[in-house]
Amino acid sequence: MAAPMLRWGCRGRRWAFARVDGGSCHRRGAPTGSTSNQIRGESSVAQQPLHTAQKTRKGEHKWAAVVGLEIHAQISSNSKLFSGSQVRFSAPPNSLVSFFDASLPGTLPVLNRRCVEAAVMTGLALNCHINKKSLFDRKHYFYADLPAGYQITQQRLPIAVNGSLIYGVCAGKKQSQVIPKTVRIKQIQLEQDSGKSLHDNLRSQTLIDLNRAGVGLLEVVLEPDMSCGEEAATAVRELQLILQALGTSQANMAEGQLRVDANISVHHPGEPLGVRTEVKNLNSIRFLAKAIDYEIQRQINELENGGEILNETRSFHHKLGCTMSMRDKEGKQDYRWFMPEPNLPPLVLYDATSLPAGADPQQVINIDQIRETLPELPSVTREKLVQQYGMLLEHSFTLLNEVGLLEFFQNVIKETRAEPKKVTSWVLNTFLGYLKQQNLAVSESPVTPSALAELLDLLDSRTISSSAAKQVMDVKNRNPRAINKLIGLVRKATQSRADPVMIKEILEKKLSL
Amino acid sequence: MLGRSLREVSAALKQGQITPTELCQKCLSLIKKTKFLNAYITVSEEVALKQAEESEKRYKNGQSLGDLDGIPIAVKDNFSTSGIETTCASNMLKGYIPPYNATVVQKLLDQGALLMGKTNLDEFAMGVLLLSSTLECNGAISARCSLRLPASSDSPDSASQVAGTTGMPHHSQSGSTDGVFGPVKNPWSYSKQYREKRKQNPHSENEDSDWLITGGSSGGSAAAVSAFTCYAALGSDTGGSTRNPAAHCGLVGFKPSYGLVSRHGLIPLVNSMDVPGILTRCVDDAAIVLGALAGPDPRDSTTVHEPINKPFMLPSLADVSKLCIGIPKEYLVPELSSEVQSLWSKAADLFESEGAKVIEVSLPHTSYSIVCYHVLCTSEVASNMARFDGLQYGHRCDIDVSTEAMYAATRREGFNDVVRGRILSGNFFLLKENYENYFVKAQKVRRLIANDFVNAFNSGVDVLLTPTTLSEAVPYLEFIKEDNRTRSAQDDIFTQAVNMAGLPAVSIPVALSNQGLPIGLQFIGRAFCDQQLLTVAKWFEKQVQFPVIQLQELMDDCSAVLENEKLASVSLKQ
Repeated sequence: MAAPMLRWGCRGRRWAFARVDGGSCHRRGAPTGSTSNQIRGESSVAQQPLHTAQKTRKGEHKWAAVVGLEIHAQISSNSKLFSGSQVRFSAPPNSLVSFFDASLPGTLPVLNRRCVEAAVMTGLALNCHINKKSLFDRKHYFYADLPAGYQITQQRLPIAVNGSLIYGVCAGKKQSQVIPKTVRIKQIQLEQDSGKSLHDNLRSQTLIDLNRAGVGLLEVVLEPDMSCGEEAATAVRELQLILQALGTSQANMAEGQLRVDANISVHHPGEPLGVRTEVKNLNSIRFLAKAIDYEIQRQINELENGGEILNETRSFHHKLGCTMSMRDKEGKQDYRWFMPEPNLPPLVLYDATSLPAGADPQQVINIDQIRETLPELPSVTREKLVQQYGMLLEHSFTLLNEVGLLEFFQNVIKETRAEPKKVTSWVLNTFLGYLKQQNLAVSESPVTPSALAELLDLLDSRTISSSAAKQVMDVKNRNPRAINKLIGLVRKATQSRADPVMIKEILEKKLSL
Repeated sequence: MLGRSLREVSAALKQGQITPTELCQKCLSLIKKTKFLNAYITVSEEVALKQAEESEKRYKNGQSLGDLDGIPIAVKDNFSTSGIETTCASNMLKGYIPPYNATVVQKLLDQGALLMGKTNLDEFAMGVLLLSSTLECNGAISARCSLRLPASSDSPDSASQVAGTTGMPHHSQSGSTDGVFGPVKNPWSYSKQYREKRKQNPHSENEDSDWLITGGSSGGSAAAVSAFTCYAALGSDTGGSTRNPAAHCGLVGFKPSYGLVSRHGLIPLVNSMDVPGILTRCVDDAAIVLGALAGPDPRDSTTVHEPINKPFMLPSLADVSKLCIGIPKEYLVPELSSEVQSLWSKAADLFESEGAKVIEVSLPHTSYSIVCYHVLCTSEVASNMARFDGLQYGHRCDIDVSTEAMYAATRREGFNDVVRGRILSGNFFLLKENYENYFVKAQKVRRLIANDFVNAFNSGVDVLLTPTTLSEAVPYLEFIKEDNRTRSAQDDIFTQAVNMAGLPAVSIPVALSNQGLPIGLQFIGRAFCDQQLLTVAKWFEKQVQFPVIQLQELMDDCSAVLENEKLASVSLKQ
């Protein structure tokens, strides 16, 4: 087995990890959503920070980490998976609840066509085999925000299987080289989201909001082909970009539209896989990487100190930066297996060859037709950028990874005569550098694409020099030092007769700041 | 007028011989007189009178909605009725008022039918026999909109939040405030036919306590139709729950093909077997009701989209010589009473003598049906009942130590022993380590049972003819003896397999037993050949001329009941 040297963590340390092919079976977890944000159990394990771990490890045989992911992506749809209730974030509590969502007796599920199409589309984009026949099952557990006492999911025969996701991990001296990696996708299944529990410990009550109950989810199961936080984070980011490109999920982690559970174990290469823990509550890509790396290190420390790893669910506490054991809500009391959902017939999909003649287009879903409507995927967009503008692959990654940057770049390109390479360099280095420095998103940028295009034109026609152009950028970005410099120049030219305040006003007007 | 069939009274309404309001009032008065039968849990008097008023307007304006306009009907109390309490005869749902109508209920109302009330049943329709729903009502029960529940941790403060119950109107507008639960009494217990036979019997015991069971679980619906309090009633049929009480109460009990009639709003027992059932006094009436109910429902994904011939008009068969009747040999079980067996064979002879081909067929997996049904039924029950946790609706206990403790106590208080027993068995079968050995195997056996029927029909059989029950209805006191209970477990042997195969089946009253009690026989048809099945049943019904129940002693001041009495000309009488 290959043991590529990979960089992970945030402190520039290098670790050797073997990539281990799976064989470990993923436990179907409850939807992440039903997990409350409350930490119910105290951590029973030593929480050692990363650096002490490294000391104990030095000179000993290598550890390899194995990471698999279960990702719940909320389907972008107008209504819920099995009911007509609207799907909307941050609506007043319990305002989007149908009789079915509240599990009133006698109500039955009716499958939302849009959700099926989103699943097929996502499956196709992730190189999956689309099952022409898939089944729905009930997964039973008692929880207050699961009104029916079971979740309808696809356990036996999911809608899509055996796919792959290619993502690029940065490597090399300055992280400037992109190494393509592949993670296998075990399956994509359609399932219901749960409601939300809000625990009010002061008044000792739990409040339930069922707005989210029954919203369609795509559960994407990634095989344990990853070996560190960065790999997992990059894979998730790539998936996020794909879902957003497809429009099948908004995949906004902050709004809970993309939730990730990580299954993590460590072992010595060549030896059987270690005991796995599941880390839940990973609600940002940064925390995902952090949590996984923390958990890997914790497991290594634990084992090196003669401890053992418990097969348990842990949650990541982002303030403390560590994982903690959760009292598993499924606990050991619920060993019930799945049961076929009797109220939903098998979901049958068609392709051009199997489509029955004269079928009602409203009643059938044609896989080939969906394939034709697939939009451009991020990997293709990157390829095009590389070919069209001669940029490096890693530059194309950056353009896509920063929200809104690609569009900004394309708008600049449209309006300027400057060389694409120059544009790339300016957008990625100067412009992005300023944004990062000032902690701004692309959408918050004071510099418009047209302004940058104009600047690059001036540069291109050698009207101004490169350093002057950078000064203009400074001014445009309201860098006070740059503006003060201009004020200074005006004062000098007017022999200090002009009022600085008025100069500033006039300057700002002229510069349309 | 009350003794007439639905079709006849519909004609009378159209001709103006009686108004919907008059008809409604007659039925309401009879419901009050027969209250001791315990057929109704809720009598929706005000609703029915209002509907009658509207129907009357339509008739006056010549805008009748059809055959069902102004016809009093009853609905088993496991169908959701908007604004009308729906209990499933369980403490768990006492006080639960659904905010929507079951599709079948809505369809009947859309046709102008008058909803007289909600009929009694075994708790959650569990049980062939209408007995198990004797439970004390304890504590605060309400349908809640509030979604509060106690947190997992202890707190003295939460008591007030949890106990917030709303006062729900008590069961019925008719003032029936007691005896909502409890067994239904078979109207035939009070029939002239049965009473006369009892007098001849020297061992006759105390008459008042010697009433007969209706069978179940749709016993209330059967008693309601049998006692002339309505013209048709909805039952539900999961393993024979419509056909069994129909046979015991001398009615037509029809179980349509699975997928022909919507289950939306029917509080489920076993989703994959439940079908809304129809109880009427004759086959034509069942066809009229089926015509109103059948068809795809966008709210029930298991309804079939095939177009159906509407209305379900049944031709009068003049000739049965092209028919092939199958007699399943495995249905001749030792427990079958000699009277039923003899009627069964006479019925076969009748078909043969009229030119039909009658052949013996084999349904080899019949003997596995009961145990297979038990596994599948309890598993689905365990799953379906999980929603009754006291949070969104229905009963909630006073315990607020933790959410888990609240669940446990709510469910212990809300469900009776039969329901809890089935949940326990079902969860056992759904355990990871048992799933393959029980649930999966039972599903395979179910397929074999369904294939038995397919093979029989592929061999050229048009309909199967079988008994509906092992014997006629037994007295309550005898029934509750242990040995009878054991025997009764076998009682749905003839009806259950049909549900596993999703086929249409109908029980037709054939004759009175030596004791003067009804005996029914069952016809089973090909899937979605409901019309053909009912056509054969109608021909048979005409041949046997089953006698009308004589309830003079019960309702001596209700002479109207008997105005239309047919003479008891029982061609198959032994």
